[in-house]
Amino acid sequence: MPRVFIPPQLRTLAGGAETVDVSGETVREVIDALDAMFPGIGRHFRDGDALRGGLTVVIDADVSPRGLLQKVEPESEVHFLPAIGGG
Amino acid sequence: MTTIPRKKPDTPSVPAPATKKYRVIGTRPIRHDGVDKVTGQAKYGADVQLSGMLFGATLRSPHAHAKILSIDTTAAAALPGVRAVITREDLPDPHHRTEELGEGAVDIAHLSRNVMAREKALYRGHVVAAVAADDINTAEEAARLIRVECEVLPPVLSVLDGMRDDAPILLDSLRTQSIGGAKSDRPTNIARHFRYEKGNVAEGFAKAKVVIERSFDTATVHQGYIEPHNATAQWNADGHVTIWTSTQGAFVARDQVAGLLGMPVSRIKVVPMEIGGGFGGKIAVYLEPLAAVLSRKSGRPVKLVMDRTSVFEATGPTPASHVRVKIGADESGRITAAEAWLAYEAGAFPGSPINPGCMCVFACYDVPHGRVDGYDVVVNKPRTNAYRAPGATNAAMATETVIDEICEQLQIDPLDFRAKNAAREGTRRIDGPVFSRIGMAETVTAIRESEHWKSPLGGPHRGRGVASGFWFNAGLQSSATATVNTDGRVSLVEGSTDIGGSRTGIAMQLAETLGISAEDVTPTVADTDGVGYTDVTGGSRVTYATGWAAYEAGQDIRRQMIERAAVLWDVTPAQVTYEADGTLHGPDERRITFRELAAKLAKTGGPVTGRGISTHNQPGGAFATHLVDVEIDPETGKVTILRYSAAQDVGTAIHPSYVEGQVQGGVVQGIGWALNEEYVYDASGRMRNASFLDYRMPTCYDVPPIDPILVEVPNPGHPFGVRGVGEVPIVPPPAAIANAIYQAVGVRMFRLPMSPPRLLHEILAKQNNTPG
Repeated sequence: MPRVFIPPQLRTLAGGAETVDVSGETVREVIDALDAMFPGIGRHFRDGDALRGGLTVVIDADVSPRGLLQKVEPESEVHFLPAIGGG
Repeated sequence: MTTIPRKKPDTPSVPAPATKKYRVIGTRPIRHDGVDKVTGQAKYGADVQLSGMLFGATLRSPHAHAKILSIDTTAAAALPGVRAVITREDLPDPHHRTEELGEGAVDIAHLSRNVMAREKALYRGHVVAAVAADDINTAEEAARLIRVECEVLPPVLSVLDGMRDDAPILLDSLRTQSIGGAKSDRPTNIARHFRYEKGNVAEGFAKAKVVIERSFDTATVHQGYIEPHNATAQWNADGHVTIWTSTQGAFVARDQVAGLLGMPVSRIKVVPMEIGGGFGGKIAVYLEPLAAVLSRKSGRPVKLVMDRTSVFEATGPTPASHVRVKIGADESGRITAAEAWLAYEAGAFPGSPINPGCMCVFACYDVPHGRVDGYDVVVNKPRTNAYRAPGATNAAMATETVIDEICEQLQIDPLDFRAKNAAREGTRRIDGPVFSRIGMAETVTAIRESEHWKSPLGGPHRGRGVASGFWFNAGLQSSATATVNTDGRVSLVEGSTDIGGSRTGIAMQLAETLGISAEDVTPTVADTDGVGYTDVTGGSRVTYATGWAAYEAGQDIRRQMIERAAVLWDVTPAQVTYEADGTLHGPDERRITFRELAAKLAKTGGPVTGRGISTHNQPGGAFATHLVDVEIDPETGKVTILRYSAAQDVGTAIHPSYVEGQVQGGVVQGIGWALNEEYVYDASGRMRNASFLDYRMPTCYDVPPIDPILVEVPNPGHPFGVRGVGEVPIVPPPAAIANAIYQAVGVRMFRLPMSPPRLLHEILAKQNNTPG
């Protein structure tokens, strides 16, 4: 199952877990599964049909431009990180 | 002074250049825009002249923090020659919402208030009103006639002052936000708090033999581009507007204007002019929406050009910061734990590069246990914007200086320490993800093998310093089209504003793909109606991503040319091969060159146009290790840079001259940041050095030749192995110089810039505290 890395500031919502393995084939499904395990945590990652503004999803080492639509593999790591900008 | 014993290197060897297998990549053709640039024919924003064009001027706040009570434009509007006056009433008041800008995001309500003050003026130089008139003198006179009644408020001028519980509040609605949208419940100047953790920090520090903790302060510095901001807008009667501007991203400028004015993007065309420098400072819009609204109101095209004072006072510098770093290492020199606390000034509105600062602060190293906290703090200064590896230089100054102190205490060679702890493929960053193939260790090796490192450093008051740095690079979205002309040359149209020679680097990737010469490709940077969406020229992404789009366009052309050859020879496409030298081969030893086939397009099916896009996001991280020799004048505190070498993992150097230029340019900017550059404010929040005479940037007289050492570790996430190269070279210089200063005169510097008076003060303090 994909492994979600819980941001430190949201770990209290996930029972203190640093990582959680959840089912899902897309980022959307992963968030839904996470929210089913820890009700309320999902709204910190998504806003309706999109990732929350200013947030980006990183699958393994790669920033995904597809947001909730991004496919994930059973062995994928899923990270939610603030978007960054360069100069 | 400590003598550091040398140890046998334990780093990987520097790989051989990857470019030898290419025909075009790795060569140094003359840049396509070279003739226009050196003959003065290149057109910049200030060169725009339109029939009936008006000239704009702005009224800017003389106060750093003031509540705007009323604005009276009566006298200004009545001045003969004035065609339009605009204030906050003329711009929509958008709700808070996040506008994705490709790279990062912006709150459109904050952006609107930055373009034109609404309830408050939040920094000196904040635009309060704007005028369009028949000539610039009339416009400026009219701006002076505008009467603004305001209540002056105490300013907040430093990040630590802004975090105090009793600090004046800049934005009444601001609450501290954490990742995922969680907010605090009281007014504050702390816009955001980021935290990253890995492992058990207490456990890690318990294993350390040496633990060093230090605090650092860095000053506000400007990108220092030569060309001031400018915008010319023409609002047509059909509701479409065209904007000519100096920007790092035509599409991002378009989208910002659309968001600010509540317009569909398709009614706005942004024409990117040649750009006289940006370095991150020309991503946000300033004048573009004002020119557009002035044009709408006057019915005439309007041009606005900033003066230098306004550029300094009102456009995005990079933030001043306060950074605490604590690192522990065991006896062998292995890092056991690291902790950082960073607070960056955002300027008047949230959005400092604190988050990348947090993500970069320990990224060069394999840190088993770590914690990083970062704070984005609003202060009464211009809203900060990106500047070359935004946020990373502030952080590296702290980390790399503390590492130097650890090396001294453990008696370990600083290159050995970096090699031993270097992040490698598979290293998990403190913010979570794992690095793919990277070249941090190779940059350390390259410095160790350099003639510079092996040369002696003679003479008194001289020191040698080392520092490393990291920047992410970005991928994002790019588009390109390419059309084969009947003479065999190819016209390339792409959407990336060319700051550092990128159009040639992109053209070379197309040429390599097609097997033709770089000179046979003519690249053009198009406006927003002329090419598909392309994100900003920033994040060191253009050669990677737009180059990839050009590669895809080339592949598209190859497929079509194969089909044309098949038509010509009456065979199937599967029977035709396209060789690396641009010739096509068919059955029975048939052969035709790209140029010969191009002449036959009309009779084999018509024009051939290739299209390519890139949304690939494996840009590969960029690492650099720098080595600097300095000499200190102990009587004045002046630092002279004697020699500078910069090793950098550049992936594949498409055009080595441009890569070297990026490295050298970044180093020079880093030297300026290290030694002289700073915004000097008085107590009222007025910048006292808002000119290039007083804001001291390095010139050619201040820096020696900088030796770039290009380490080519091809990025597996790109067809030609490209990594971004433009940003990371600014990251190590301040720390490398600080470490060299310490070796020269025994003084640790914890504040930037390390200007002569500041260094002299530390030298004298050390002498006064030395017994005897």
